[in-house]
Amino acid sequence: MPDVNITVDGKKVTAPAGTLLIEACKSVGIEVPSFCYYPNLSLQGACRMCLVKIEKMPKLQTACTTVIGEGMIVTTDSDEIRQARKGMVELLLGNHPLDCPVCDAGGECELQDMTFSYGAAESKYIEPKNHRDEQQWSPVVYFDRPRCILCYRCVRVCGEAMDVWALGVQNRGVSSIIAPNKEDHLECEECGMCIDICPVGALTSGAYRYKTRPWEMKHVGTTCTHCADGCKTTLGVRRADAGMEIVRGDNRDKSGINNDFLCIKGRYAFDFAENPERIMTPLIRRDGRLTPATWEEAFALIGRTFREIVDTHGGSAIGVVGSNRITNEEAYLLQKFARVVLDTNNIDHHRTADFPAFAAALSGKPGLTASMRDVYNAAAMLLIGNDPTNRHPLLAYQIRNNVRLHRAKLHIVNSQEIKLRRQATSFAAIPAGGENVLAAFLAGDDAQAESLASGGMNRDAWLSWRDKLHAEPNLVVIFGSEVHGQGISALVKFAAALQGAKLICLGDYANSRGAADMGLYPDLLPGYLPIGDPGKFHEEWSAMPTAQGLDLRGMVQSAQARNLRALYVVGANPIGRFEIDPYVFSDSFVVVQEMFLTETAAIADVVLPAANAYEKAGTFTNTCGDLQQVKKAGDKTETKSDFEMIVRIADAMGFDIRHLVPFGRGVRADMGQSRGAQSGEADRHAVWLQANNLEPKLSPFDPMAILDEIQRLVPGYDVSRINLLAGNDEHTRLSACGPGAMHDPELIVPADDTLFTSGTLGRYSKTLNSVIENRQVPESEVAAD
Amino acid sequence: MAELVSHPDEIKVVTRRFGMGATNIDRYLELDGYKAVQKALAMPPDDVINLVKNSGLRGRGGAGFNTGMKWSFVPKQSPKPKYVLCNGDESEPGTCKDRLIFEHDPHSVIEGVMIAAIAVQSHAGYIYIRGEYRYLSVIMQKALQDAYARGFLGKNIFGSGYDLDIYWHGGAGAYEVGEESALMESLEGKRGIPRIRPPFPAVVGLWGGPTVINNAETLASVPHIILGGAEWYASLGTPKNGGTRLFCLSGHLNRPGVYELPMGYNLKKMIYEVGGGIPNGRSLKAVVPGGSSTPALKPEEIDVAMDFDALMKAGSMLGSGGVVVLDDTTCMVKFALRTIKFYQHESCGWCIPCREGTDWLKKTLTRFHQGAGLMKDIDNIQYLSENMLGRTFCPLGDAAAMPTIAFVKKWRKEFEDHLEGRPCPFEKEGAIEQLPVLSH
Repeated sequence: MPDVNITVDGKKVTAPAGTLLIEACKSVGIEVPSFCYYPNLSLQGACRMCLVKIEKMPKLQTACTTVIGEGMIVTTDSDEIRQARKGMVELLLGNHPLDCPVCDAGGECELQDMTFSYGAAESKYIEPKNHRDEQQWSPVVYFDRPRCILCYRCVRVCGEAMDVWALGVQNRGVSSIIAPNKEDHLECEECGMCIDICPVGALTSGAYRYKTRPWEMKHVGTTCTHCADGCKTTLGVRRADAGMEIVRGDNRDKSGINNDFLCIKGRYAFDFAENPERIMTPLIRRDGRLTPATWEEAFALIGRTFREIVDTHGGSAIGVVGSNRITNEEAYLLQKFARVVLDTNNIDHHRTADFPAFAAALSGKPGLTASMRDVYNAAAMLLIGNDPTNRHPLLAYQIRNNVRLHRAKLHIVNSQEIKLRRQATSFAAIPAGGENVLAAFLAGDDAQAESLASGGMNRDAWLSWRDKLHAEPNLVVIFGSEVHGQGISALVKFAAALQGAKLICLGDYANSRGAADMGLYPDLLPGYLPIGDPGKFHEEWSAMPTAQGLDLRGMVQSAQARNLRALYVVGANPIGRFEIDPYVFSDSFVVVQEMFLTETAAIADVVLPAANAYEKAGTFTNTCGDLQQVKKAGDKTETKSDFEMIVRIADAMGFDIRHLVPFGRGVRADMGQSRGAQSGEADRHAVWLQANNLEPKLSPFDPMAILDEIQRLVPGYDVSRINLLAGNDEHTRLSACGPGAMHDPELIVPADDTLFTSGTLGRYSKTLNSVIENRQVPESEVAAD
Repeated sequence: MAELVSHPDEIKVVTRRFGMGATNIDRYLELDGYKAVQKALAMPPDDVINLVKNSGLRGRGGAGFNTGMKWSFVPKQSPKPKYVLCNGDESEPGTCKDRLIFEHDPHSVIEGVMIAAIAVQSHAGYIYIRGEYRYLSVIMQKALQDAYARGFLGKNIFGSGYDLDIYWHGGAGAYEVGEESALMESLEGKRGIPRIRPPFPAVVGLWGGPTVINNAETLASVPHIILGGAEWYASLGTPKNGGTRLFCLSGHLNRPGVYELPMGYNLKKMIYEVGGGIPNGRSLKAVVPGGSSTPALKPEEIDVAMDFDALMKAGSMLGSGGVVVLDDTTCMVKFALRTIKFYQHESCGWCIPCREGTDWLKKTLTRFHQGAGLMKDIDNIQYLSENMLGRTFCPLGDAAAMPTIAFVKKWRKEFEDHLEGRPCPFEKEGAIEQLPVLSH
């Protein structure tokens, strides 16, 4: 696009042709006020706040709807303009209830800010204000019409950005009112985008309303703990009796990979932490019953028992099950603990995607993985399987808005008519389970075209469809767990042959990818290196078993044969998820680190109350391989991070923990563990130490030490630490990893969560269980990770 | 059917078939019906546009834009279909001319749409009729059916090889939809809210296609121009204001009604001669010259030519031709209130100044007229209107603000006479509820 030159308030401004005047002004630091204008949503010209003077135009013009033209001379501030804006604010305040002292938006309200900027302090009207009672549209959405200024941001974000279209305008004139889609309530995705985009307090959140004033909160930017997309969320945190309470989640600052997007889980479902059923003290089984115990008793018992089993029966008598929701540092530490301390490779987790096959196919082929940001900017996308709207809300948002704003092409292959079909350039239906066949066809196996032919697509149609794909530049291929093993190899082969194509493999939980990358496998080390690989891990860790361990299925069989003496479960619920007969483990010593008494925790001999991802620090890797920081919102008294518990168990086993956590080495950054960092300050102690040429020492419970080791040893994770710790995302390189492995596809069990479920966390989230849409969730749904 | 009036000064062009049974298609054909469209079909489209341009015909809806010029903005080549719309959403208080055209001569509107379509090479037209004019939709439907039955519409019209379909569409009762882009929204099945312009309808209009939209009277004038020629039509009016126009005389007059007079006809003459003057020996207080949105004129201002340019000079507008005459028994505060009540009711609510401004004006004027007004209210009414003027999304806000500013400026004394708890001097004792006096 050629550049256009204009003059704004005497400043020369150059911007690409087609730029809106309001954006051109913003680019040189001149703010033109507006309520209804919102970037990337359709233009309204409704609030009339952005009126500016353009030479040769008789009336004031709206900067939000004016496209800049060569030589335009613009004035954004004059008596006439200030009067116009003041007039608008006066009119808005006329019917506004002015209940700022009790309004949730007080302190973060754009109407307050405008009033502050333009005056309008004098009330010119003495007639009664128009009033309407407040309405509750859903457990999470409340609407207060008198506060509404009718900027229609909510209507547009719901329709245009979310493709839900649940909000509209009813009536006309001064009785115009924003209305929900089901007469008196909403049935929608309950994402809450409408609430966050509301410039005033008209739409408020059921989770947050009347709980606090914005300035009483501490704001912690971290990564969401629910699905595998890795949205950045800013938690609003308050001090509470049990340490702290999270009262709000949003991403209004648009930082991170998700712009201002969050789904219902990211925005509200932090409330599982406050569930009264949460375990707040260690439990030890005495006389068949789980009874409260002290941490010391619990660690002593676990340490003693594990030591005994390892010494008498060897490590192979212990199984370890890791989690999809622990941090990378914890996952790494857990498998290191299993291999180095417990002397076993019997370690596994609930696998939701075939990442080892993906790593195997990509090995030595750099640049073939797409980041979440790439999805938004891709010229074309191919989606095979999965239903991102339900299972990857951010991915769906990126795809949708890439199509809407960039006119990208979307090709979908699915056995279901998923919602994203509305955005699709082409939609090809295949029989369920046909995804691997499709992958083979894409890779060039024309014989498969016959078996794909069904419905409207015959062999020739499939061939021409594939030709069309070959012509798409910068294609991003996104595939669900329906594609596995050889199917993934075929897709990688297909993508590698295209110019600029990249791939994304979809797993299900917040750190499913991290769990896989960190080696929670019986046959793979971190970075998908084979267990027998005599590489740097052996060098670093010295003694470790080299024989392949048992996978989850193998552990159950071993327990059935009464060979598995102990099972150590960290943040997982295999008994519930895989419907394992609990009797199988009746002779095993079962230790479970959990937040709730899940089916698995219920059979444990020791249950340790765990902190969740909002209560600890570390990193998550999303399903695309984007590494992001997890920051601690605060402490919950009487819980410990899985990291600390693993170290304490190793210590209780008499293991020299310096061989587990290299905390003596020291690193020069703070991961948010110190009190100073938690309140947003620099770690002054560390700064002082550094200034004096002293090395800051980390505590053995500081995940920073392990991040150091991960970045040193795990291929593909040697990303910029500075950028990561600054709160940005860093794309890891799967291609740098080891040769991976081909696993039995039956070991992969997708979580099948919807927008309104989230494994164990969802089961204990009041919000997720309260929305009407959750009633459509099948009863068979069980809590898992 | 409304009673027809006439006056010797009238030049019957658009109204020439009124009262002659022209709703019947045979009768219409006897009265030179559908000759103009056949003539237009034989002409190069650009010649049709130039002819209309040269006739000086200006939009009769109110804005007064040269019609032929408007047509010439439609691109010759367009990947999307082009449309011609007839704006029959006549809703401006004081205006009742399109109604008579639909009632007496519906085929002239159809023929006008056809000629416009041929001129811009469009193959689809819509005649949008105000929701409250339901009974006129019946007449229009019948007229369209008859035209189709004769082969005047549909495929290969008049054997010319040209295809043209025309549909009628009824509104749901919204003044706002008289605004051209809001009408398109309504026609597309959406809320009647105006669109951001540019792009203008000639480039991006109905369903995104290039669109010509004209007032019903404008379109009904076109066949006569095609047959009579540009020069003949232009010579009927004043320079740059070609032809005749339907003036709707209402209010305190001896002979109210719709009269077709040449453009530039003197307003004073119109009131006292054509309209027969003020009844019962009363004197004139105010004249609204072009529908309720135009600033009212005082008696000393009415010696003015009724054309777009002369009225603009006089500080008002020709608007839609609705001349409302008020005698000395009229309370101007009440008239201002009645006017603003209409705009408050009809505001679509899209933009802040119109939505909130009209409502506060209504509230303030209601209280004021009830005798609870304060001195500062008078300035406030003007201040509010001035804050609306020129700052709203569409002209509806201006339509509410302009007359209100004029009422306050020109009849300020009448406002002051309502102050201090005094009842409206024009109301009989006890006719309005008295409110307590508020001080603020």
